[in-house]
Amino acid sequence: RNALLEAEFTKLGHSLPAARKTGTTICGVVFKDGVVLGADTRATEGMIVADKNCSKIHYISPNIYCCGAGTAADTEMTTQIISSNLELHALSTGRPSRVATANRMLKQMLFRYQGYIGAALVLGGVDSAGPHLYSIYPHGSTDKLPYVTMGGDAVVSEFIEEHVQLGSCSFVIVPLVVKILWQALEYEAAYGGTQGIWVTELDHCLALRGSGSLAAMAVFEDRYKQDMQEDEAKQLVRDAIAAGIFNDLGSGSNIDLCVITKNNVDYIRPHDEANKKGVRQVYYHVS
Amino acid sequence: MKMNTRGFRSQLKDSIPVAELSPQAGAYGVPDTLRKGFTSVKNELLPSHPLELSEKNFQLSQDQMNFSTLRNIQGIHAPLKLQMEFRATKQIQRLPFLQSSNIALDTLRGNDESIGFEDILNDPAQSEVMGEPHVMVEYKLGLL
Repeated sequence: RNALLEAEFTKLGHSLPAARKTGTTICGVVFKDGVVLGADTRATEGMIVADKNCSKIHYISPNIYCCGAGTAADTEMTTQIISSNLELHALSTGRPSRVATANRMLKQMLFRYQGYIGAALVLGGVDSAGPHLYSIYPHGSTDKLPYVTMGGDAVVSEFIEEHVQLGSCSFVIVPLVVKILWQALEYEAAYGGTQGIWVTELDHCLALRGSGSLAAMAVFEDRYKQDMQEDEAKQLVRDAIAAGIFNDLGSGSNIDLCVITKNNVDYIRPHDEANKKGVRQVYYHVS
Repeated sequence: MKMNTRGFRSQLKDSIPVAELSPQAGAYGVPDTLRKGFTSVKNELLPSHPLELSEKNFQLSQDQMNFSTLRNIQGIHAPLKLQMEFRATKQIQRLPFLQSSNIALDTLRGNDESIGFEDILNDPAQSEVMGEPHVMVEYKLGLL
């Protein structure tokens, strides 16, 4: 029924209120003893900052935490539902839950809703098999990697999917895609998400990334090493999120970190106040 | 799936059925706009959201998939026995106007250990309207 009402509404020429999105930078890194997750703290509603200090690192289980990008309500509710289900599952099996279980639950739920739940997640935790880090996309695909970043490119991908048909020749497709990308950029810029897009052609397929996650990924690609120490890893994640904050309009404010090790979770909020509000110098009094 | 699933395929909904008295009818037989929303025949015949049909049929398709896997692994007896148990537990219901917990059915399906949107949103136990008890019981007993 909502879909029908929405369609009627736009026909009349009005525009719907913008969903609150976290046009975000989130990332995670596996280090020697565990996982460090990082996130910025800005939530946007169209061109306005809706929440200057929102919490994007969600609790899933005592040893598993999840960062969420995309529609704020979707990430919030999805992580809460999976957290409840994982708790029931752990009680039923009698063992502490595994990150792979949480990953599978999330991907099955997101696939069921075919991408209509706009939740892009970075899931990390330490279980009996060691530290794990997964990235989960809104349509239900997942990646297991030692370092991941997310943020800002959901709408652009949708645009591409809607307008581009597979199998067209490269010289037909490229100008078409450039035109579509400009439209998508305008649309996304209004939502405070992607501010720039990199398009590379690899063997007849195009790879896209939002700039929020791109800035963070650039930092990772430069400085990631295997088996880092905890402090090194925290500094790396902090720098990656800071790159996202300063180079992407959709991310901002503070940097939250969550360090998960075998026996201990450090939820550091805020780890770094990258953007402090200025202090008023003079009291301007008009009588 | 080639096995004889008489009952399954006929239950899959590929459209939204138009009832004799439209679902929008409230008291007095006219569309009840306050409680049921605006009426639209198109709305009742075609899905208004791409996921509407897939969600309506979700539990059924899950069952279908599980039975088919079970049939391939363990032979025809396994899904047949389970389906018999399903039918038995589906009959454990309260009086027609009350919400039944379906706990045996949920346990069989494995839904007793998971929470989904159907448990949080639109919980039938918290609905504001209820059927007229006497009329519903009489209808069920065939007295009406």
